[in-house]
Amino acid sequence: MGILVGKNTRLVVQGITGREGAFHTQQMIEYGTNVVAGVTPGKGGEWVHGVPVFDTVKEAVTATEANTSIIYVPARFSADAIMEAADAGIELVVCITEGVPVLDMARAMAYLANKDIRLIGPNCPGLITPGEAKVGITPGHIHLPGNVGLVSRSGTLTYEVVQALTDKGIGQSTAVGIGGDPIIGTKFIDTLKLFESDPLTDQVVLIGEIGGTDEQVAAQFIADHMSKPVTAFIAGRTAPPGKRMGHAGAIIQGGEGTADEKIRALEAVGVKVAELPTQVADIVASQM
Amino acid sequence: MKLHEYQSKRIFAKYGVPIPEGEVATTPAEAREIAHQIGGSVVVKSQVLVGGRGKAGGVKVAKDADEAEQLAKQILGMDIKGLTVEKVLIDPTADIRDEIYIGVVIDRAQQKPVIIASAEGGVEIEIVAKENPDAIKRVAVDPVFGLMNFQATNLAYDLGLKGHYVGQFTKIIKGLYQAFMDTDASLAEINPLVVTGDEQLLAVDGKIVLDDNALYKHPDLAEMRDIQEESPSEREARLAGLNFIKLDGEIGCMVNGAGLAMATMDIVQHFGGSPANFLDIGGGANAEKVAKALRIILQDPNVKSILFNIFGGITRCDEVAKGILEALKQVPTDVPMVARLVGTNEEEGQKILAEANFPSATSLSDAAQQAVALAKGA
Repeated sequence: MGILVGKNTRLVVQGITGREGAFHTQQMIEYGTNVVAGVTPGKGGEWVHGVPVFDTVKEAVTATEANTSIIYVPARFSADAIMEAADAGIELVVCITEGVPVLDMARAMAYLANKDIRLIGPNCPGLITPGEAKVGITPGHIHLPGNVGLVSRSGTLTYEVVQALTDKGIGQSTAVGIGGDPIIGTKFIDTLKLFESDPLTDQVVLIGEIGGTDEQVAAQFIADHMSKPVTAFIAGRTAPPGKRMGHAGAIIQGGEGTADEKIRALEAVGVKVAELPTQVADIVASQM
Repeated sequence: MKLHEYQSKRIFAKYGVPIPEGEVATTPAEAREIAHQIGGSVVVKSQVLVGGRGKAGGVKVAKDADEAEQLAKQILGMDIKGLTVEKVLIDPTADIRDEIYIGVVIDRAQQKPVIIASAEGGVEIEIVAKENPDAIKRVAVDPVFGLMNFQATNLAYDLGLKGHYVGQFTKIIKGLYQAFMDTDASLAEINPLVVTGDEQLLAVDGKIVLDDNALYKHPDLAEMRDIQEESPSEREARLAGLNFIKLDGEIGCMVNGAGLAMATMDIVQHFGGSPANFLDIGGGANAEKVAKALRIILQDPNVKSILFNIFGGITRCDEVAKGILEALKQVPTDVPMVARLVGTNEEEGQKILAEANFPSATSLSDAAQQAVALAKGA
């Protein structure tokens, strides 16, 4: 298996009775993910695609031993849903929801600080270990099991790169979408660390974008701690400064966060940076 | 969403921050009346949502009410970086002995609010950060405990304040922090906080940027939105739930997902074109939303070709294809287009376009090259 999700994943879906929650529950089950429970307050006792629904995460965990949660609840309830999952003893929480207020997340992160839990997202496509489990909204069919780990701040851009890899017959160990918001639970370096110690990952692809300095921090981590080759793609070379490009994180302010700064930082530590998504696959192939 | 200086300062004042007792005028006669009420010299400040007002001639000092009226006449209606001045703030001038910068932002690395302060106020903090980074003090605040008294007083001493200023500063910085938290801001800034001749601290300029995602909690603040902040097409897009930013190029782009939208702009540029816009239709967009997006792109007379790049996950390609054809029925156009639809329901989507003889491509590079060629009239 790859990292974080796989055959041992026992998934609870928070917001399972909503439109997105129900649709993606079905998609995840079809992909082979072990979805053991759903949660929607007030809907306990119902069933969605053969999955039992509970009123609280705690009940779901007690009844089904769920160890992973995915969140599709509306943005104004998401931070609370994350904290509820943490309180119920979930080990990995994946928050798909877009548009969570930043200060809600700041408070939620303070709550998670002394709990043994990993959060991915919010505002992310989730993650997939091809052939084993999909915890998210990624189209499963474009993936191929293999040995390249992917970590990305973007959603659909990741699909683009995955498609390019799969088209060349290059499979993926796990693809993780960490999300594009200013405050996210798992950052590049947390994921790089996991890939570095995963025996089934041989090389890593990092997909970044403008805004913040996480790619520069990742570059330093790669220089200091990574033995596996890393290939990168950075979106937003042509973005004008001061404008918010969809993701709350994708905004260039002052001297921090341009694509050029990130590309320079990565190239300085020996990371090959592709100019086009398809070139990522060419570079990865040349390093196999 | 940005707030004007006068709006920001009034919010700060509610939290105990001392501000000049000024008023807003929309006509020179009003400006005169306000200046007369204040008495003595005043500063006439254009209220536009862009930096560099002073350099553009949008902030001027008047010695009396007559001059205030004259200056207001000059400044009202002035164009500052593409924005028309519709309001001026008339503040009494301050006797400035020293200038301090204080601001609150979210620190992405520490994942909590951080107070940024510098004894070198009055200039942009980004410039101080580049030229004299040691002059910038940072205090991270735990969002659960809030700003503690000792943090506030320590910061005052770090900035070199002494005596009665320490108590005044502590009260101001706590007010600024609380205003930041209570309004769900992404930036709250006072620059400069001045030391006046009569030994008081006074916030002579202020700025608040709100987190759009939290505006639902603050209907009173949401109402303060100045429609000048965005272009008419950006406003139309926001109301339709689209992320749209107008750019200067000639290739219209419609993409699902922010990262892919940026990458699409980059690829257009890579092949020698220039994007006319950033447009993310978001996840799960339906035909109606696509039609709306296309109409917005077509409003730009610079657009010479349009590139659709959809990688369907939640978004379904057949819905997008229907939306494109629907929009073309409503808004007939000669602008050439190329679509690349892959992912969820791609076969259905491609079939719909093929039946309408709509040009399509399978790879992004191919689609971008076609769009660039079309824009050049090839």
